[in-house]
Amino acid sequence: MSLGLTPSQTVGPYLHIGLTDTRSFSQIAADGAPGNRIDLKCWVFDGDGIAVPDAMIELWQADADGRYHHPEDAPERVQDPLFRGHGRMPTDADGCCSFQTIKPGRVPSPDGTLQAPHISVSVLGRGLLKRLPTRIYFAGDPANATDPILLLVPEDRRATLVAQPDTHRQGGWQFDIHLCGPRETVFFDV
Amino acid sequence: MSTTTIPPSNKKTPPKVVPYRRPEPGTQPESNYAGYRATARRAPSKPLVYLPHTLSEVTGPVFGHEKIAETDNDLTRQHSGDPLGERIIVSGRVLDGDGRPVSHSLIEIWQANAAGRYRHAIDDHAAPLDPNFSGSGRTLTDQNGAYRFVTIKPGAYPWRNHENAWRPAHIHFSLFGPAFATRLIGQMYFPGDPLFAYDPVLQSIPDEKSRQRLISNFDLETTKPEWALGYRFDIILRGRDATPLDPPKVSPR
Repeated sequence: MSLGLTPSQTVGPYLHIGLTDTRSFSQIAADGAPGNRIDLKCWVFDGDGIAVPDAMIELWQADADGRYHHPEDAPERVQDPLFRGHGRMPTDADGCCSFQTIKPGRVPSPDGTLQAPHISVSVLGRGLLKRLPTRIYFAGDPANATDPILLLVPEDRRATLVAQPDTHRQGGWQFDIHLCGPRETVFFDV
Repeated sequence: MSTTTIPPSNKKTPPKVVPYRRPEPGTQPESNYAGYRATARRAPSKPLVYLPHTLSEVTGPVFGHEKIAETDNDLTRQHSGDPLGERIIVSGRVLDGDGRPVSHSLIEIWQANAAGRYRHAIDDHAAPLDPNFSGSGRTLTDQNGAYRFVTIKPGAYPWRNHENAWRPAHIHFSLFGPAFATRLIGQMYFPGDPLFAYDPVLQSIPDEKSRQRLISNFDLETTKPEWALGYRFDIILRGRDATPLDPPKVSPR
């Protein structure tokens, strides 16, 4: 038996009343969760380079050991009070939102090699009929060179998936998302 | 005499990854749909990069242990008085593509009030707000994937996408399902709405049968006498061919 999928529709401009006014999560890892602290700012721009003030970003990541707090990886960690693994924030008037987390560890890929540290991203918003999945990698991590997913991305576009350190902030990182236009971020068919 | 083999302590066997099936062509909207004007400067124009599923895609946030307050799934009881409009019951099941229930899974909804106005700072539609209606709710599916909301029927409302543009009445819904790959946000419509043909958001889905899957059915069985009409709406998330916890019961000869 195969049932037809329910189709996606845009979240529209009023997503906040259902999703983020009372249930946004900027703290993916609480203070005290093992790992190197990261203060991650994500920015969203449209095809004209103009900030998108009504988008929503969702993140999903492994802990510092490279374990997902999920029944199919580390079921015993699912209710870890220090680590949600999940973040969700609306962008502000400048098209920006922030997350407090730790740098994820390396998780295995199906062929047994290890992926480079990365965070899974969903971008949603008015004008987006379905979510746009992408990934955040970290500049300067030597594992990026052999990451099996990054290697699937045309070389001249890989940089769009790599967050840059922001030396003005303690543990600061910055990730720019360009929905379209000349600097369009790589989005995945997940 | 026997020797015991101790596995190296830091090397766990990576969990087996069973990918989720991809949607059939035409069953999901195109990102770039000219009729919906806002897509023009927001939809990606380059091809998506095919991402074979890894542990990152077959895992996702887990909400099944969260507490749902009594009024979270009854949007008519979140204030001291009754909201205006037509009280309705929206219920159904969340299943995967193979008909297996998606249990203990979070559903979030939001909607306009009976007059077609959202309680949101940027909604300037000249229709009244209702002090007794906030328009958002959440619930968890039960063991069988079943869920139920009580709310009021939302009104249609104008938007500025094109000349004399109106959105058909709808309730936004958001589900995570079991994995990053199963995330779904959609809109549920009501049967027989004359605005369907003019609505680019619904019409962005190429396949007619798939569009129908966003339209709820009137249901006499869940209609409560002297109280509220019932609408049924089943939500189908992506399936996978088999799960690691669910091996075939009969082995091939």
